Amino acid sequence: MTEQEVTLMKGNEAIAHAAIRCGCDGYFGYPITPQSEVLETLTELKPWETTGMVVVQAESELAAINMVYGGSGTGKKCMTSSSSPGVSLMQEGISYMAGAELPSLIINVMRGGPGLGTIQPSQADYFQATKGGGHGDYRLIVLAPDCVQEMADFVDLAFTLAFKYRNPAMILADGAIGQMMEKVVLPPFKPRRTEEEIEAECPWAAMGRKSGRGSNVITSLELRSEEMEQINLRLQAKYAEIEANEVRYEEYMCEDADYLICAFGSAARIAKKVIENARAEGIKVGLLRPITLWPFPSKPIQKLSKQVKGILSLEINAGQMIEDIRLAVNGKVPVEHFGRLGGIIPDPDEVVDALKQKLIK
Amino acid sequence: MTKQDIIKPENLVYQKPKLLNDTPMHYCPGCSHGVVHKLIAEVIEEMGMEEKTIGVSPVGCGVFAYKYIDIDWEEAAHGRAPALATAIKRLWPNRLVFTYQGDGDLACIGTGETIHALNRGENITIIFINNAIYGMTGGQMAPTTLLGMKTATCPYGRDPQLHGYPLKMTELAAQLEGTCFVTRQSVHSVSAIKKAKKAIRKAFENSMAGKGSNLIEIVSTCNSGWKQSPEKANKWMEENMFPFYPIGDLKDI
Ligand SMILES: Cc1ncc(C[n+]2csc(CCOP(=O)(O)OP(=O)(O)O)c2C)c(N)n1
Ligand code: SF4
Ligand SMILES: [Mg+2]
Repeated sequence: MTEQEVTLMKGNEAIAHAAIRCGCDGYFGYPITPQSEVLETLTELKPWETTGMVVVQAESELAAINMVYGGSGTGKKCMTSSSSPGVSLMQEGISYMAGAELPSLIINVMRGGPGLGTIQPSQADYFQATKGGGHGDYRLIVLAPDCVQEMADFVDLAFTLAFKYRNPAMILADGAIGQMMEKVVLPPFKPRRTEEEIEAECPWAAMGRKSGRGSNVITSLELRSEEMEQINLRLQAKYAEIEANEVRYEEYMCEDADYLICAFGSAARIAKKVIENARAEGIKVGLLRPITLWPFPSKPIQKLSKQVKGILSLEINAGQMIEDIRLAVNGKVPVEHFGRLGGIIPDPDEVVDALKQKLIK
Repeated sequence: MTKQDIIKPENLVYQKPKLLNDTPMHYCPGCSHGVVHKLIAEVIEEMGMEEKTIGVSPVGCGVFAYKYIDIDWEEAAHGRAPALATAIKRLWPNRLVFTYQGDGDLACIGTGETIHALNRGENITIIFINNAIYGMTGGQMAPTTLLGMKTATCPYGRDPQLHGYPLKMTELAAQLEGTCFVTRQSVHSVSAIKKAKKAIRKAFENSMAGKGSNLIEIVSTCNSGWKQSPEKANKWMEENMFPFYPIGDLKDI
């Protein structure tokens, strides 16, 4: 084994490097803080001269997501990245891609809202990412990285899941992880797929009708109600399969825990410090970190609810994931929320205080 | 002489293009959409691009274009076809990529996508069916609706004080550095159909030669929206549409 090269970079830069290395065919984006480094890094690296990856600065997020739709519809590995206001603009295209079952990757490096809000970090787009965001009954596969290494690793993982299920996938990061610099080992280079490989992997793709097959049409339209119901039922069956197979999470110091913190992304990093401080005071706290926000790790949370006296949902928002935790534990133990808003990152000490006040009393 | 005596290969003077499926078209009698479909199918066939063409259909009456022309298609959200086509062509430079869009799709909700794709000089062709109305949704006002023209949402006629002015997208497109061929055609007569077909062929060839963006506006009839018979609609178009939307090439480099 060759020695792994450790480099220091921002989460946003890691995404750009990982995209090129995983054999991504096309990136389409529009600048917005705090994720502009993704497009900046890509244009600096000029992958079109090396791997042949296409990079386009679109005229808007609306155009960017529809470029991703167009490219994904031909079987190519396409992605975009943005931050909250831009991702709101992308919801139309995301819904259409879910409907047309197009594998693609959308990255949201969240900032505080609503509206133009703030450029500081936030996790307030949890509902939008996990519950729909656009119109119709659909789901995105949502991965939540908590460090720069995961920013890099999840690009390939998200594409793999997207193509496995023919479904858009999202990496839901936040401004803190996008901007912070950490050590990272970049994933190895994978070549972009050849035309023959794309054809074999994506027999549905609209890449030019080869003789011997009928025309391939990428669409989410079906005006006949009976047919449309069947399409929806097929989508629902696919989502059930993803829920059964793709739940990912991390448990940290849960073995002896009397209290549980649930947190994802940056909040999970803070939670680990909270646990250290709380345990120094003799309060045994553990962490369950959902890595897939959808499918949500309901079962492991339900299991832990039999062991702990209470759960604190630590989120950098006004309380969104808490609804999924409450559904999972179904009233078995108290579930409370702590979070800061407006782009403020919670301080570990205030979280320990909140834990005591809300759950230990 | 019986019918069977006449139907012989040596007597064949015209044939439906092979790329046109037998699926019955949903278009109203007299509608221009069907004629333009036929021309596109013929040109793709004549260029031998059946296996190398990717079409992008709009939201509008042309939405089901993919049911009628036997090539690979992507169906776009309303107005977004040029964004899809941008990515498809960039990712597959040796494919023939075109969009097919109505006036509402191209000149209203998708104005941004249209102008920017053309201005970037994407090597695509945009076929623009300008019938001055929203056909699909039941005849509402379009950005191209003529002043004084009555529609479901300007029932007393388009009034510039209330609705602004009809938009000449093709004139706008001709100003953009990225376009190489911008033309306005129609399909209401045999000679017009022949000219429109030539324009489509030129645009498709330009796209493959990497010369830049191509826009072909087809001034069209919408019999249902205009509430006119096919014959009357053609006449009304000549008398009212052509003076404001004059037929001919605006740019050809
Ligand atoms: C986002 C969105 N808004 C509105 C509609 C409704 N809609 C469907 S077609 C159409 C207008 C189509 O008009 P045009 O593009 O001129 O095509 P035509 O039917 O005249 O050929 C509208 C408004 C839609 N499908 N999607
Ligand atoms: S409504 Fe108008 S545009 Fe649509 S098919 Fe009928 S005539 Fe054609
Ligand atoms: Mg129209």
